[in-house]
Amino acid sequence: MRGDPEIRRVVVSSLTLSGAVGVFALSFGVASVGAGASVWQTCALSLFVFTGASQFSAMSVIGTGGSMLAAYGGAVLLAIRNMVYGLALSPSARSLGKSLPHRLLAAQFVIDETTALALAESSPRFRKIAFWTTGIGLFSFWNLGTLIGALAGSAIDPQKFGLDIAFPAAFVAMLRPHLGTKLGRQTAMLGGALCLISISFVPVGVPILIAATAIVLGVRNGR
Amino acid sequence: MVGEMTTNLWPMVIALAASAYLLKMFGLVVLGSRRLPRIFDRCLALIPAALLSALVLKDTFSVGQSLVVDVRLAGFAVAVVATWRRAPLIVVVVLAASATAILRAI
Repeated sequence: MRGDPEIRRVVVSSLTLSGAVGVFALSFGVASVGAGASVWQTCALSLFVFTGASQFSAMSVIGTGGSMLAAYGGAVLLAIRNMVYGLALSPSARSLGKSLPHRLLAAQFVIDETTALALAESSPRFRKIAFWTTGIGLFSFWNLGTLIGALAGSAIDPQKFGLDIAFPAAFVAMLRPHLGTKLGRQTAMLGGALCLISISFVPVGVPILIAATAIVLGVRNGR
Repeated sequence: MVGEMTTNLWPMVIALAASAYLLKMFGLVVLGSRRLPRIFDRCLALIPAALLSALVLKDTFSVGQSLVVDVRLAGFAVAVVATWRRAPLIVVVVLAASATAILRAI
């Protein structure tokens, strides 16, 4: 089994991705304490929320002076896609975990990367291997990276190191894959415009929620 | 930035952790193999595009409730270029932060 080159391929690609994402977690740790969270709160976000875009979004809103409710709202909207991923994975849910507790544990690992790598495999067996190796690998690296970043971040002045830009820079990088379609680009433009227009009139963080209404563009056309 | 004072963020952290888990669990375990209507699927898939774009602009062009253009614009520009050149996430962040820090220092 250990010598099976196919298994090796799946495991290597899962762990490579996990390592890369773990390095990215350093920037979440640093930015999160820079935005006002404690080291413990930052680590709790990575352990229990465990979905990068939502974590970044919540701390970005807090960092610019938004309320906890506004921070929560934007982060939850971004977390909805994990429900859609769960749906996409659910035909193979029984192979991901045989018992209900096993599947309930699997649920915590339903995020962009695990879904992408699991669905890239066609056989249930490899799907399971890809899901669990990516899930456990990424969870470990993500939390280790967060802890190191948070400890480092609490020791430095975030402004001096330009770390306030870590949030928008991370968002730019995370946005890119969503600009591949015309509909994605139109939605991003409308969302951005709604945010800029409303910034001066509503409390900090609320423009992010207003921007979410841009998804109505999806009602109209297909591609 | 409010780095000096650590507010009590625990209510948000806990509420967000619970909600994020329930959403994942709902899709994988509860809904099972049921399918969402296509229109629903399509709109939900657009959430990241709308929100991430808004977050980028908020963090680059605002301080509290006012719109401002400052040195962060340079960091943002570096992030856009690095992303377009397909740099890994962490490289994008490090380059943008370095550009911002250097411009602030001079």
